[in-house]
Amino acid sequence: MNTDLIIPGRYLDNYDMSSLAQHAMEDIDPCFATNVKEGDVIVAGRNFGCGSSREQAPLVLKELGVAAIVAESFARIFYRNAINVGLPVVVCADASRLEDGDTVEIDLVAGSLRSSGGLVAEFPPLPSKLLEILEKGGLVNALKERLRPCRPDTGQ
Amino acid sequence: MSGRSFAQKALSRASGCDAAVGDTVVAKVDLAMSHENAALVSSKFREMGAERIWDPAKVVLVFDHRMPANTVSAAEGHRKVRLFAEEEGIESFYRHGEGICHQVLPEMGHVRSGELIVGSDSHTTTYGAFGAFATGIGATEMAAVWATGELWFRVPETLRLSIEGRLPEGCMSKDVILKAIGELGADGADYCCVEYVGGAVDGMSVSSRMVMCNMAVEMGAKAGVCFPDDKTRRYLGERGSGGEELFSDEDSAQHCHSMDVSGLVPQVAAPHSVDNVLPADELSDVSVDQAVLGSCTNGRLEDLRAAASLLKGRRVSAATRLIVVPASRETALRAMEDGTMRTLMEAGAIVTNPGCGPCLGAHQGLLAAGETAVATTNRNFRGRMGSPEAEVYLASPLTVAASAVTGRITDPREVMR
Repeated sequence: MNTDLIIPGRYLDNYDMSSLAQHAMEDIDPCFATNVKEGDVIVAGRNFGCGSSREQAPLVLKELGVAAIVAESFARIFYRNAINVGLPVVVCADASRLEDGDTVEIDLVAGSLRSSGGLVAEFPPLPSKLLEILEKGGLVNALKERLRPCRPDTGQ
Repeated sequence: MSGRSFAQKALSRASGCDAAVGDTVVAKVDLAMSHENAALVSSKFREMGAERIWDPAKVVLVFDHRMPANTVSAAEGHRKVRLFAEEEGIESFYRHGEGICHQVLPEMGHVRSGELIVGSDSHTTTYGAFGAFATGIGATEMAAVWATGELWFRVPETLRLSIEGRLPEGCMSKDVILKAIGELGADGADYCCVEYVGGAVDGMSVSSRMVMCNMAVEMGAKAGVCFPDDKTRRYLGERGSGGEELFSDEDSAQHCHSMDVSGLVPQVAAPHSVDNVLPADELSDVSVDQAVLGSCTNGRLEDLRAAASLLKGRRVSAATRLIVVPASRETALRAMEDGTMRTLMEAGAIVTNPGCGPCLGAHQGLLAAGETAVATTNRNFRGRMGSPEAEVYLASPLTVAASAVTGRITDPREVMR
């Protein structure tokens, strides 16, 4: 699953995420944007998100309500981008054992995953610095706090 | 294993600590490049509450993906970035069609050996051809770099790719890297720094090495590097650049792979993944609607000249359109001066302004459903160059030129004979 399939380059002159998100995955599944629901988890194989550095790829998935992506492996820029926009990504060698319709419970801090279909898996949790970015909903929020004390007092 | 790799040395230099493989370090960035997605970066920068860029002299902006603007929203994105650059005092701003970022930065002397370069574009790995540690990042991360001048990096493992032998006639560095990606797979170098070493790499021009480093990301690499030699020094010196040369210690690579290219034949990556690689002559029944010569991978003078050498005295097939996109204005001017451009146009090529061209399906030269392209670009993903029902094959400039002549995918040796 590459970035161009997640969001094709021909739409990237549009910086409005809610309208851009309507094109997510359309080249392989024209109904994806309509069918995906808040809290859905994407399950994938190897090298999820390979290709471009376009941050719009995780952004449109987050915009559509995707709660997490569980994959056998991720391409590195997508992985970083997902964390930075506050979309949890979980590396799970047994991802293929998850079935459509399963309910998945993920504990990012403990590094564990349980599915209603009976899959129990463990994964190395993210370093605390990165977990913190996810907890805050992304790097923008995390940096907002860090940059605030450095700014001059504009009030007086 | 006791030695230290190039990646360790480069990230130790940039972070000021002794970086071990697997460590996460916070490193100071020497150069930060963005193209049109600076529009998104600038939004994130403002959202963070950042007020000034940490060092405007270390930020370079290039318009290349949609230059000149092809849609109103692209034009608005350009305008937004222009206003932001003016407010922030960013002087290295190439906004009038100078060319593709990955060509313009080295040409204008921004790339230095040993430095840590980040770009909000995955093909930022290209600058490894000059001995820099260069990697692609996302827009929000770039905004963080603009605000703070630093970013976290996991110190990558090293994959040493030893390439020996003399490249046979009809083969170029593109054939070598396609062959390597075919052998290693699209995630064969995931998270690694790929070091290209060996006699074949030593024999390559700087332009050819840029092709290798450019496509390191197509096997998942974080960075690719060719170690500096006299050719590198000459190129950088002519551009008023230089830097600190960093070399890996002999026994520092975690993974090794060897290739001998003396028996190599022209290679093609078939749809829809870059590691679906076959010899060109096994695809000779694939007819070609569009041939593309250009991109940050293969739009340099060396590539245009190679194609022109094959097209001299020949005509592009009536069934095929050949689109030539010089990588930069300098490339285009030099191709005009030495007659390369004349040869290409006499053969029937459409020549566009320097930029990314059809590569990512955002500007010109899009494909209709059912059409097939053979291109010197770097990705053949479904929908990459237009319709999701089109097909893109990746090949060298010589193979693209030969295919343009015959109207089907063609091993260039067939035409050169």
